[in-house]
Amino acid sequence: MELTNYLYLSVVLFALGATTVLLRRNTIVVFMGIELMLNATNLALVTFARMHGDVTGQVLAFFVMVVAAAEVVVGLAIIVTIFRARRSASVDDVNLLKS
Amino acid sequence: MNEFVAPEIDWAVLSPVLVVLAAGVVGVLVEAFVPARARRVVQLVLTLGALAGSLVAVALLWDRVLTDGLAFVVDGTVLLTPFTLGIQAVVALLALLGVLVVADRTSTGQDAFAPTAAAVPGTAYEDAARQAGLQQTEIYPLMLFATGGMLLFPATDNLIVLFIALEVLSLPLYVLCATARRRRLLSQEAAFKYFLLGSFASALMLFGIALVYGATATVSLELAVSRLANPDSPVLTMMPDLVIAAVLLISVGLLFKIGAAPFHTWTPDVYQGAPTPITAFMAACVKAAAIGAMVRVLFTLAAGLDEPLRRDLETGLWVVAILTMLVGTAAGAVQTDVKRMLAYSSIAHAGFLLVAMVGLDEVGAQAVLFYVLAYGLATLGAFAVVTLVREQDADGVVLGEATHLSQWAGLGRRSPLLATAFSLFLLSMAGIPLTAGFLAKFGAFSAAVEAGAWPLAVIGVLASIVAVFFYVRLIVLMVLTPPVEETADDGVTPAGAVAADGTPDDGFRDGEGVEDGPEPARTGTLTAARALAGRAAVVVVASQGPTAVAITVCAVGVVLLGIVPAAVLDWTTQAAAFRPFGP
Repeated sequence: MELTNYLYLSVVLFALGATTVLLRRNTIVVFMGIELMLNATNLALVTFARMHGDVTGQVLAFFVMVVAAAEVVVGLAIIVTIFRARRSASVDDVNLLKS
Repeated sequence: MNEFVAPEIDWAVLSPVLVVLAAGVVGVLVEAFVPARARRVVQLVLTLGALAGSLVAVALLWDRVLTDGLAFVVDGTVLLTPFTLGIQAVVALLALLGVLVVADRTSTGQDAFAPTAAAVPGTAYEDAARQAGLQQTEIYPLMLFATGGMLLFPATDNLIVLFIALEVLSLPLYVLCATARRRRLLSQEAAFKYFLLGSFASALMLFGIALVYGATATVSLELAVSRLANPDSPVLTMMPDLVIAAVLLISVGLLFKIGAAPFHTWTPDVYQGAPTPITAFMAACVKAAAIGAMVRVLFTLAAGLDEPLRRDLETGLWVVAILTMLVGTAAGAVQTDVKRMLAYSSIAHAGFLLVAMVGLDEVGAQAVLFYVLAYGLATLGAFAVVTLVREQDADGVVLGEATHLSQWAGLGRRSPLLATAFSLFLLSMAGIPLTAGFLAKFGAFSAAVEAGAWPLAVIGVLASIVAVFFYVRLIVLMVLTPPVEETADDGVTPAGAVAADGTPDDGFRDGEGVEDGPEPARTGTLTAARALAGRAAVVVVASQGPTAVAITVCAVGVVLLGIVPAAVLDWTTQAAAFRPFGP
């Protein structure tokens, strides 16, 4: 199969992730959107690595996975804290700071 | 078969970053093994020692890097140029001052952080934690990790490391934002917004990095640029247009971190909601580190782009700079909250920084370095002052910061020294002569004029004039306006005030009030949304020492940089001799 197809797929996934972040209201879903963006990037990296025939891209993908894991820890902690204080997981309810 | 060849590592080059990160790791172990009573002192000594050590390491490396032009480890994974070292010195110095502000418990005996950040605001559990006298000393290792990321961020040629440094810098800050002792809901909300927008921006930047790798088959910035400059290179025939998208996406990530419009919307919310000492640390250090990385990335890229692309890049910078200055000053002028006002001022300063670097040349780099130092000292000092101006309820219990501008009226009579220092910082931000800010802005605008961007300089000057208006308004308020009548005894308790704010009462009330019935917050762990403007008396709490030291150092620095800048200007000029890495 043509390798560029994987690139198209990764771009589509990335755009889907970004759209999710911008449009969805549930914090957890927004957060999933960010994860989708990171994983779409991984797909692009691995495809590029295959195209160029070197492993830098694959190594980078591993780093991204580690970072994504750390981000989940911090992100979910913050989201859960907010949920416990407000009983709501909607992005719209987090609006005390609006001047 | 290939045999593993151990890379040769020049540890000295890593030392400024390594000292800080290692101390962060030790700090985590301290949390596990040192008895709670001694933790704070141990952590403080460790943190201050590590940051001072990092400064010393930078100083020791200085001559060597200046002579050689650069020093690097493993193909530029960590790459020091004099400019990078300059940024590292500024970041380490400002972080040191930031830790002093964080460490201060003031005369109330409480620091700015929740006893346990995990407790739900306003619950019995939170009360119990507070009464047990718990304290969150994890703050210090988190600050060290963030500082380590900031030191690494501008010091690499490798895009993987750039991304990792960005995350190492950001993740601890997200957590730190959520840990305020008072107004905890705001604090958590700030962390939440910062986290979602921050990780969105870094995901965009990561995709940009992937595209650079796709177009050039390398993650080394210099190598990528040299391949771009040479259109015959085999990898490029594939998809040269990727580069434009890549540069755009990477710029978004960097612009987000420096808080430039249109990626600035998080700044006021996060600066307002985060614990004030953390805001001070964040506003000063993150901006310095991010602008350092931006100079490194954009200057390197610009060297390799052909003329039309380079002009596009400069046009982009123009637009962002103008927009940032306008948004920062226009929105700053209508703020009623001092932390928000300072946040918009920091957005405007991001705009001035972009003006300085728009020529993408050495003069610009020099101006940027001086500017981040002047800006950092003034901002850190200003937020440090904010930590000391507090609200007080009818029973004389000190609550959170009095951030509403009207509460600052007459501060000059209550505490002349503090008001003088704050005025000094504001004047420096406004760019009044004889302060550091004047020379910084002068340097920035003349760098722009030299690069032929005089319209930008004109807009910058106009924006500065508008900004003078709102800085001076605050000074007039502090010095000339008499304090508002103290209305705390009108019977409105904090809990009642919250209800009056229209905030849902359930779980939002002041924690202490739940247990003690009519007695209002003994320790002032107000979870209310806003400052009790007009409903609480304002009091200036005394510093335990560290904040006073930080404010004094910042004030002296601002004045000295304004009056006898020669030594520092020499230093920045030396540091800005920007030489690209590689052949």
